[in-house]
Amino acid sequence: MGTAALDQSVGAVKAQTMRFDTPLVFRSGAVLDQYELAYETYGALNSDKSNAVLVCHALNASHHVAGWYEGQPDNIGWWDNMIGPGKPLDTNRFFVVGVNNLGGCFGSTGPASINPKTGKPHGSSFPVVTVVDWVEAQARLADRLGIARFAAVMGGSLGAMQALQWTIDHPGRIGSAVVIAAAPKLSAQNIAFNEVARQAITTDPDFRGGDFYQHGVVPRRGLRLARMIGHITYLSDDAMMEKFGRTLSAESIRYHFDVDFEVESYLRYQGDKFAEYFDANTYLLITRALDYFDPAQAAGGDLARALSAARAKFFVASFTSDWRFAPERSREIVKALLDNRADVSYAEIDAPHGHDAFLLDDPRYHALVRAWFDNIHAAL
Amino acid sequence: MITPARSGRSDFEAIAARVAPGSSVLDLGCGDGQLLDYLKQQRRVRGYGVEIDDANVLACVKNGVNVIQSDLERGLAGFDAGTFDYVILSQTLQAMRHTEDIVMEMLRVGRQGIVTFPNFGHWESRLQVMAGRMPVSQALPYQWYDTPNVHLCTINDFEAFCASHGIRVLERVVLRNGRPVTLLPNLLGTLAVFRFEKRT
Repeated sequence: MGTAALDQSVGAVKAQTMRFDTPLVFRSGAVLDQYELAYETYGALNSDKSNAVLVCHALNASHHVAGWYEGQPDNIGWWDNMIGPGKPLDTNRFFVVGVNNLGGCFGSTGPASINPKTGKPHGSSFPVVTVVDWVEAQARLADRLGIARFAAVMGGSLGAMQALQWTIDHPGRIGSAVVIAAAPKLSAQNIAFNEVARQAITTDPDFRGGDFYQHGVVPRRGLRLARMIGHITYLSDDAMMEKFGRTLSAESIRYHFDVDFEVESYLRYQGDKFAEYFDANTYLLITRALDYFDPAQAAGGDLARALSAARAKFFVASFTSDWRFAPERSREIVKALLDNRADVSYAEIDAPHGHDAFLLDDPRYHALVRAWFDNIHAAL
Repeated sequence: MITPARSGRSDFEAIAARVAPGSSVLDLGCGDGQLLDYLKQQRRVRGYGVEIDDANVLACVKNGVNVIQSDLERGLAGFDAGTFDYVILSQTLQAMRHTEDIVMEMLRVGRQGIVTFPNFGHWESRLQVMAGRMPVSQALPYQWYDTPNVHLCTINDFEAFCASHGIRVLERVVLRNGRPVTLLPNLLGTLAVFRFEKRT
């Protein structure tokens, strides 16, 4: 990171927690009587409270969207290149809210939290959460923050699905939806990858049916494998070839099954790192939320009908090398919006990095997001 | 395909005059969205542009014009039949590779098509060809080796095309310096505007 980027940071930030005592009824029918949401905010809410932007996270991220924590300069928010003073989503203009979703493992109530009824972690009994439930919880957080309407709700991947759900569930509370690298629902292949990841976790003997906390163990092997397979789907074939090629970690192949290729070493490193901080049950919940996401289902499979109540202006973007949620999937969303004569702009960004491109600072991509928010700001 | 820069607003008024107020419009090869912006202001249309070029897509977003980044040469597969009142192809026809396909796609997706193109039959072009050179003019400002225009045609050519492709011409206006030309249009006009529909 260059000094210019450092200058544009929101700087040291503090996570906050909001406690809710009104029971939340999940789509599954399960109920959570009390829960907490961890969140961060950047910038200032203007006097008429019209400049709030909600940023939704994807699979393994959190409410820590931008800036860093005091004493932890390396703990930088996951979308820091996008959000900050003078950045595409400019915190000098907007009040940005990041929230850790329910079921998460970064401060919001999740499987590792203590269930007040039992005095033990929720573990396997934590409700299976859906995107609809997350959006409901986010709306309640907005209520408490005094935000009647978001100028925009923004996200990439699973985060973009939440933005889409916002336009359906709360059409009057969202001015603009920024939907990056999304899909209107998962394909069989997408679900299949999630299933392999879940199987890796649930078949780890240390998983203990999801109640590993009491046993003082962590299903690290499963988490590691889940992360490895996930990581492969985030990158394009070309990006991996470019980054690792067939480079060996030693001078020559060693006729064994330990690490020979750089890519193996990289995946193991990523897997190990992930297993240290991520909760196994959260991984199951979030991949399941992905699998179940299908807003068209409630409208007889007709996505256009599902989106017919949406009143937001949409910015949809995809990346050409993304094979996890390929451009065709974003085009399905665009088509449904066109059928409704909704305001929508769609950019297909020629980037080589695969699904991960939404997190990188491609200049064309960032220029588009910047222009989009410039217009939102001008209309405030 | 990159949309060639539009030569000013010479055809904007002519197009706007042919678009019903409050209608829905798809502008193919919309460039920076100027025409759509104009139609939005003059005709309160519900408009979308289709554009392939990154810089133009960004310009559309900046101009607050709905734009769908897509390659016209691959057709309009993302659009349902009969979605729009008008599909417009403004000074882009001559730069399309798949000319027949796109005109047919216009009439699948829209109830009517509006096409504008530089008239290759203009006397200046004819004179330059007679003098043994490829024409270069205000309307056709390119050299033969750098032109994006691969399918130039005359007004008579386009009329013959419509006749042979089941297209009914509803209106034809030929312009020179933004003013209608009625006398010998294929010789004296620089820009043609056609409004047409599918013959049933």
